[in-house]
Amino acid sequence: MKKPVIDAQAVDLTFQTGDGPVHALKDVNLQINKGDFVSFIGPSGCGKTTFLRCIAGLETPTGGKLTVNGISPEEARKSRAYGYVFQAAGLYPWRTIAGNIKLPLEIMEFPKADQEKRVEKVLELVDLKGFGKKYPWQLSGGMQQRASIARALAFDAEILLMDEPFGALDEIVRDKLNEEVLRLWAATNKTIGFVTHSIPEAVYLSTKIVVMSPRPGRITDVIDSPLPKERPLEIRDTPEFIEIAHRVRDGLRAGHDL
Amino acid sequence: MNKIVPVLTVLAVLIVIWYAAAVKMNSTWTFDQAERAGTEVSFSELVTDTMSQTRPLLPAPHQIATELWKTTVEKKITSKRSMIYQGSITLKTTLLGFGFGIVIGIALATVIVLSRVGRLTLMPWAIISQTIPIVALAPIIVVLSNAAGTGTLMVPKAIIAAYLSFYPVLVSMVKGLSSPDQMQLDLLKTYGASQRDVFWKLRLPSSMPYFFASLKVSVAAAFVGAVVAELSTSAIAGLGARMLIGSQFGEPMIMWAALFAAAILAAILIFLVGGFEKLARYMMGGRAV
Repeated sequence: MKKPVIDAQAVDLTFQTGDGPVHALKDVNLQINKGDFVSFIGPSGCGKTTFLRCIAGLETPTGGKLTVNGISPEEARKSRAYGYVFQAAGLYPWRTIAGNIKLPLEIMEFPKADQEKRVEKVLELVDLKGFGKKYPWQLSGGMQQRASIARALAFDAEILLMDEPFGALDEIVRDKLNEEVLRLWAATNKTIGFVTHSIPEAVYLSTKIVVMSPRPGRITDVIDSPLPKERPLEIRDTPEFIEIAHRVRDGLRAGHDL
Repeated sequence: MNKIVPVLTVLAVLIVIWYAAAVKMNSTWTFDQAERAGTEVSFSELVTDTMSQTRPLLPAPHQIATELWKTTVEKKITSKRSMIYQGSITLKTTLLGFGFGIVIGIALATVIVLSRVGRLTLMPWAIISQTIPIVALAPIIVVLSNAAGTGTLMVPKAIIAAYLSFYPVLVSMVKGLSSPDQMQLDLLKTYGASQRDVFWKLRLPSSMPYFFASLKVSVAAAFVGAVVAELSTSAIAGLGARMLIGSQFGEPMIMWAALFAAAILAAILIFLVGGFEKLARYMMGGRAV
């Protein structure tokens, strides 16, 4: 049996705050295999973002065992195992789009010529060809978020972690970007962790849907999607899609009643 | 054009008030003279006389303008009476102090932002430094720098100018260097960036708008510092020294002309710094304003 890329066993995380300890994650068990597209869905405070940050080594679990590529998240972060996309594009206003995509490459000290090539490649991948010389304010919100995805892809990490990347965008732009993410995923065969609020988004994108609930943050259901890898937008009207969406909704509701 | 009309209106009103004040204030002397001579003064005589006294209490605007013209355009630049010569000395002090102020301000802000110890130890002292009246401190700085063997007055004067001008830069840079939010810092962390990268690629560029905004305040402070330094270090050159000489020797024209020369020089400096700020913003990808 092949080893999972991300392996969480009984992961616990408690924050010490002024009002006493907050149990952000409790007994989280999850295996993510190479090439999986995993969505984390749940209400605010369910720990989905916190768990993603644990995988990224931005938070450290207080209990349990968590490995990324067989090593600790901290080491994985230092070996540049993943690209991270935040809710806001967070592009530097003083750099052009190409300059922004180069940022991680400069820090990781890629050779100059290679940097140019990679920028061209990822710009094409996110459909922003020809926008390299523009400044962020000259682009729409959706295009800015695509540029930030390009930035996360530029150094070819195996894993892509996305924290509600389209949360601030309108539905039409979001649909289009969802399609693009699927296309990207098919083209690059990366392992993707994706945090979202939206049930259709989670069902449409994922091979595995992790339903979480708050206080304490925990997993209530893990759904392996039977949908094919090839997914046109119309798939959202099929009975299979509706059935999975229904199960996710049930999971969310069950978590709330507790 | 729309900007110019209100400015000119205010200027015109000020000039009218000024002339009225000049007539009123200088009339005492005119009446005294008339009384001694045993003559009566008509209104038109009063106005002409109050506009043309050699040592008026308040010179009329055109008298100051004439004096300025004489001491800038008609005097040789090398002459000690030339306002351009005196202004160039003040300008040199200002620029030296401004330069030191920027360097010190940025350096202190960097230490304060990057280290907790720096934040706890330096910031209170920086604030206290600005509560001490510079006029009281100036002679001490002169004595100390003389004892240190700096030789000329330029060094203590520049120190005084820097003393006032570093503070706006410091406060703005502390704010600017700490302006990146947690998400920006996390992003760099995911790249495994070093503290050095975080500083050069994120903190420093983020602080630039704050820096430019502080420059205008800082250059004005450096200029005030330079003039105050000239006034309070018994300097013999510079616009500040000219003002002092004018007041001590009862030469109001010199005093007022030096004051106006200083105002014009300060305006030019602020204008230039403003232009530099616009250029820098444009170079950093900002929208044209």
